[in-house]
Amino acid sequence: MNNPTMSEMSGAKALMYSLEKEGVDVVFGLPGGANLPIYDALVDAKFRHILVRHEQSAAHMADGYARIKRKAGVCLATSGPGATNLITGIATAYADSSPVIAITGQVPLNMIGKDAFQETDIIGVANPCTKYAFQPRCAPEIPEVVKKSFYIAESGRPGPVLIDIPKDVQQDVTEILFPDLIKVRGYKPIVDPDLSNVGKAVELLLSSERPIIMAGGGVILSGAFSELQAIAELIMAPVVTTFKGKGAFPENHPLAMGPIGMHGHAEANRIILEADCILAVGARFSDRSVGRFDEFGKGMNIIHLDIDPAEIGKNKSVDIAIVGDVKSALRTMVKMLSKTITKKNTENPWLRRRKELIEYFSENIKDYPRELTARKALKKLRELLPPESIVTTEVGQCQMWTSLHFDVISPGTFFSSTGLGTMGFGFPASIGAKAARPDVHVVDVAGDGSFNMTENSLAVSVLENLPVIVFLLNNDMLGMVAQWQRTFYDRRYMGVHQKSCPDYVKIAEAYGANGIKAQSMDELEKAIKNALKSEVATVIDLTIDPEEDVYPFVAPGTGLKDMITGA
Amino acid sequence: MSSKENKPKPFYIISSLVENKPGVLFRITNLFRARNFNIESITVGITEKPDLSRMTITTRIDEAILDQLVKQLRKLIDIVEVEILDVNNTVYRELALIKIKAKDFTNRNEIINFANVFRANILDIGIESVTVEVIGTPDKIDAFKNLILQYDIVEMARTGVSALQRGE
Ligand SMILES: Cc1ncc(C[n+]2csc(CCOP(=O)(O)OP(=O)(O)O)c2C)c(N)n1
Repeated sequence: MNNPTMSEMSGAKALMYSLEKEGVDVVFGLPGGANLPIYDALVDAKFRHILVRHEQSAAHMADGYARIKRKAGVCLATSGPGATNLITGIATAYADSSPVIAITGQVPLNMIGKDAFQETDIIGVANPCTKYAFQPRCAPEIPEVVKKSFYIAESGRPGPVLIDIPKDVQQDVTEILFPDLIKVRGYKPIVDPDLSNVGKAVELLLSSERPIIMAGGGVILSGAFSELQAIAELIMAPVVTTFKGKGAFPENHPLAMGPIGMHGHAEANRIILEADCILAVGARFSDRSVGRFDEFGKGMNIIHLDIDPAEIGKNKSVDIAIVGDVKSALRTMVKMLSKTITKKNTENPWLRRRKELIEYFSENIKDYPRELTARKALKKLRELLPPESIVTTEVGQCQMWTSLHFDVISPGTFFSSTGLGTMGFGFPASIGAKAARPDVHVVDVAGDGSFNMTENSLAVSVLENLPVIVFLLNNDMLGMVAQWQRTFYDRRYMGVHQKSCPDYVKIAEAYGANGIKAQSMDELEKAIKNALKSEVATVIDLTIDPEEDVYPFVAPGTGLKDMITGA
Repeated sequence: MSSKENKPKPFYIISSLVENKPGVLFRITNLFRARNFNIESITVGITEKPDLSRMTITTRIDEAILDQLVKQLRKLIDIVEVEILDVNNTVYRELALIKIKAKDFTNRNEIINFANVFRANILDIGIESVTVEVIGTPDKIDAFKNLILQYDIVEMARTGVSALQRGE
């Protein structure tokens, strides 16, 4: 049956056709009692099913897939524990505005509310961490619900949507209609920016002496890379990013300053405080990025461009707000600016100041005199990895070091769990990214604690032929927590030692993957080269010093000006 | 309590049309809880269109928080329309039922007199209590309540505000 518009079939089959109509090519999931009819229909589906070893990883894989493909990723789980296992992944996607469609089985309609076996009110649980949650009550509702789910997940500010399908609704065989058009009357994402405000923003930028651009995740979500670069080069403004926006702008560009925030680049944290006008693009002024809300932005004009009206004024009141799609708003600004700016101002005190700060901080941040440090390792990785490779991270020091020492060259090739900070995210997400882009290398920069949480996804990587590289910065510690205990709790360590357990080379080998231990820069170089040629996943287990801290950093509750450099 | 906290915050009425289906109220109240929005009253009832309910919220908050509240409400997919009503150009009413302790004849008579002044209705008279129905703006109901505080309120039930913009 091809593209049926109306026919008799089961709800589960209707789900498969609906997903096919949305162009789904892969789903990540794990079966159970309440989604058996869906799994039966999957046998004949045209897209690929990837069996995971834990539902949390299914959600992270769908998320990683979505961030790279820039369209919704799909994951499946059964009711009860299957569904609750998805929640960490769904909340992670929600915090980072990633379009994930989670499809859960549910107990039959007449059992709902009876505390049946494996019944969880997943609609209630998912509410605060989804854009919307549907529960179709009969099979004919399924095609419409799926279409609405994709529309809601992918449009406006993207985010996860849950579809909870009772088992009898999956089984029900009936006449089913597939709509081509749907309408969600309570959902009106704003796309076209208000032109008069764009005009005002342009005027303000032109009249400022020390403009700066702060690019957030919204630039990556809307793919506005060339527009961002064009505007930066027109007004010759240094570009900082939020951590979520890392890689929105090529980090080897002469105007790039790297990420700001808690573990941002020192020069970025400093220069943003000296600007007289800031153009915030697709960023939400999170506490992690700007430190204290009351301190940040004093004495400067703030232009805020975002697709979500609720972000305007949420954390920071602004001078000019432009609500709309980042890409189209930037395009309009570029058009307006290029009419006025005929000659680029490449030599001015502001750009000299940029250089000065970079030079100053290149020597005034604490460094470690060892042969193999996280910093050197990441610089080496950058050197050997082709620029279009995709890089993600786990959470902790490994993540912050990547932010600091790994330059993203090709825009949109970096992502991380920045909003929720979910340990165990990076590895399954890298597998999802590999499913979206099998033609490029995908690397997860990991800490041992984080990798330990979802390392069983090695089975998925190996069996599904999705080879990724785990760049394991192994300090045998929950390092980030240890650093805090060292810094703020007088070295009173509690709950941070991993005690060399497990052996990650053996773990890799146990799954049929490639495990390499590296204890010197030489061994590291060989290991990276080996991994780039490997046909299976490679875990590079890099021994680093447990006492290596991440510098600089901005302690929580303080402002960017209070940044600690350790030097 | 600091003097800042004592300063009365402005009164707002937010009117919205929401999908008339299960789970909608849950999503809305969950939003209030999660974002720490403090509301005074909320009423929901059917409208002239069977698939839409009207939800009216009253609150006393700072303008910046009001702005966030409305934006967050607008983001909810089950909310079709939201607007802040101009209090001066809006008809709005609340109904309160108040059971008041009335020990003797004099007490009862006084309460009935007060009720008459407020155009409130006496719904029930027992040996030791009088139950009064007051309809009006929340301020009017507060005024009546303050007046009869001297007699001990046994129980009180208030509906929350219903409101419509004046004119067409
Ligand atoms: C699921 C989860 N649990 C706990 C934390 C708190 N946490 C943040 S960083 C961190 C340590 C991470 O250790 P590791 O993965 O080894 O990375 P490292 O900091 O050593 O580079 C912990 C426990 C978290 N972010 N996520």
